[in-house]
Amino acid sequence: MKPLFVSSLSLVSALGDGQDATWTALREGRSALAPCTFAPLPIDAWAGEVQGLDEPLPAPFTAFDCRNNRLAERALAADDFEHAVRRAVAQYGAARVGLFTGTSTSGILQSEQAYHRLDPQTGALPAGFAYAETHNTYALGRFLRARLGLKGPSFTLSTACAATAKLFAVATRMIEAGLCDAAVIGGADSFCGTTLFGFHALGVMAQGPCRPFDAARNGISIGEAAGFALLERAPDKPAPEALLLRGTGESADAHHMSSPDPQGTGAATAMRQALADAGCEPAAIDYINLHGTATLVGDSAEDKAVTSLFGPDTPRSSAKGFTGHTLGAAGMVGAALAALALRHGFVPGSPHTNRLDTGFAPGHVLAGRPAPVRLVMCNAFGFGGVNCSFILGRQP
Amino acid sequence: MMRLFLNAIGLRGPGLEGWAASVPVLAGHAPYQSAATIVPPPALLPANERRRAPQIVKLALCVGAEAFEGAGVAPADCPSVFTSSGGDGETIHNILSTLAGPTRELSPTRFHNSVHNVAAGYWSIATGAKTPATSLCAHDGSFAAGLLEAGAQALAASGNVVLIAYDLPYPPPLDAVRPISAPFAVALLLSSAPTPRSLARLEIGLTAPPPSPCATPELEALRQTIPAARALPLLEAVAKTGTGSITLDYLDDLALAVQVTPP
Repeated sequence: MKPLFVSSLSLVSALGDGQDATWTALREGRSALAPCTFAPLPIDAWAGEVQGLDEPLPAPFTAFDCRNNRLAERALAADDFEHAVRRAVAQYGAARVGLFTGTSTSGILQSEQAYHRLDPQTGALPAGFAYAETHNTYALGRFLRARLGLKGPSFTLSTACAATAKLFAVATRMIEAGLCDAAVIGGADSFCGTTLFGFHALGVMAQGPCRPFDAARNGISIGEAAGFALLERAPDKPAPEALLLRGTGESADAHHMSSPDPQGTGAATAMRQALADAGCEPAAIDYINLHGTATLVGDSAEDKAVTSLFGPDTPRSSAKGFTGHTLGAAGMVGAALAALALRHGFVPGSPHTNRLDTGFAPGHVLAGRPAPVRLVMCNAFGFGGVNCSFILGRQP
Repeated sequence: MMRLFLNAIGLRGPGLEGWAASVPVLAGHAPYQSAATIVPPPALLPANERRRAPQIVKLALCVGAEAFEGAGVAPADCPSVFTSSGGDGETIHNILSTLAGPTRELSPTRFHNSVHNVAAGYWSIATGAKTPATSLCAHDGSFAAGLLEAGAQALAASGNVVLIAYDLPYPPPLDAVRPISAPFAVALLLSSAPTPRSLARLEIGLTAPPPSPCATPELEALRQTIPAARALPLLEAVAKTGTGSITLDYLDDLALAVQVTPP
């Protein structure tokens, strides 16, 4: 692909608001995971909760008020992202800026709460319940399009934990097809009973904090996050420090709804396609931000796939020990970690990973360290066997 | 502007039992006969998956399978774009009811069936397609959103891309805030180059509302009350003469202009 310029990037997670707060935590190797107090799970589950989501959205956006949209609003304020969008609107026109959002559960928490307040006689939902603005998968896109005054094409992509990662490929195609000149991509996933009790029902929630690729790993910790990126055509000669989207790759496992192909074949396909799209060899990748959710099978499959392509030594780590598994927003966490790795010349570690599982490649980084970084591969995989990889980095 | 070729169609809705059977009605040559949507059992799915699959998967898979029948293309080779205004309503309602109850013990199968991309997941398992599969939503504008994404994918790909749009009614009490009148699904097989079987050439761009209505009042009623049925004006144009200029519903302030011409 012709590289796209990532002119602005924001992230809010349990690590804090913005890239600087995220960078401080990465440098210090500080995990944001803590015992989950959001819902009464019957196990010692830990989670990465974003604090301070108690303020309702202000008018005229009160109909959109829900935890997920509040979290998205926070990520507009982080890293001056909203200003970057205003600049793009002034430059290209509101109709030429696309908005492609991603989430897994949107504002379903709003419906969960409404079901506690059904009319005892009729079973009807409480008055004023705003389905389209909160619960619906597109509620996120509808809110942001109104909030940012965008008039271009828009939809919300929902492929579970690979949702926002796939948006890098969507934006590339939409700009290439001439449907927009710039694209706001990103999304949010926030706590709800559906995911907390759902993952518990699947038996993949960790006791204690998640430990990606650890010999004692026993499942995921769920986290909240929202993040956005502004993508535009890159100038012919981008600045040396410009953050560029260099390639994307997508595939499906065709294996199982909620369990990855243990051989990691589909994951390897997505990574191989991203490399081909970027026109680079595996050896050109300096750091791999792994999906690594700390499930037994998932980590094992990804280690196989990564090692089969890159060999054992390329530095690699997962963000999940820092932020928890932020589900549909995981792609934006990966993008922010990639941007920070590039800017600071640093490969992040993996807090709570104490002892690498036997047989896993030595490239896993447990404690972050300075290193030259010019190209980063990010992985995100999801339910339904969805795989997506993208490459961020400097100019070729 | 995206220039695409429409190579095959699958269709299921009230009184619409497959594309070939529906052409006379869509072309205005036969009267519309109201009937409940018939969703045949999904032959694509192995018995085990068929038992676990929610209704929305059966609906999506049946139009997908129809589009590939006789298209001379294997589904395993095609990227797929799924689009729906919501997930499987029964599954969501069941989860919400359980979470509001005393135990909050969810069924693991029901949980993985609750994701928006549930149909995409079952489709890739059923067809063995390891090609990219995606799943989109734009509420009432979900069909148009899917057409944009499938079109952009087809322009970037060498072969066919399948678009599958589908919606099911919600059970109470959600049906009060999200009324959808009947199950409806449509599948379009799209490519950037013509094939010997191409039905029409489509030129798709962005425009302003209002969307075109359907020619028959009964079909127009479906269009207005089912998001996936927002595709009907396009299907009418293809069925009638293979020529037409229509506007498809998308967002409040944005619509799709589609120019239909013979391939």
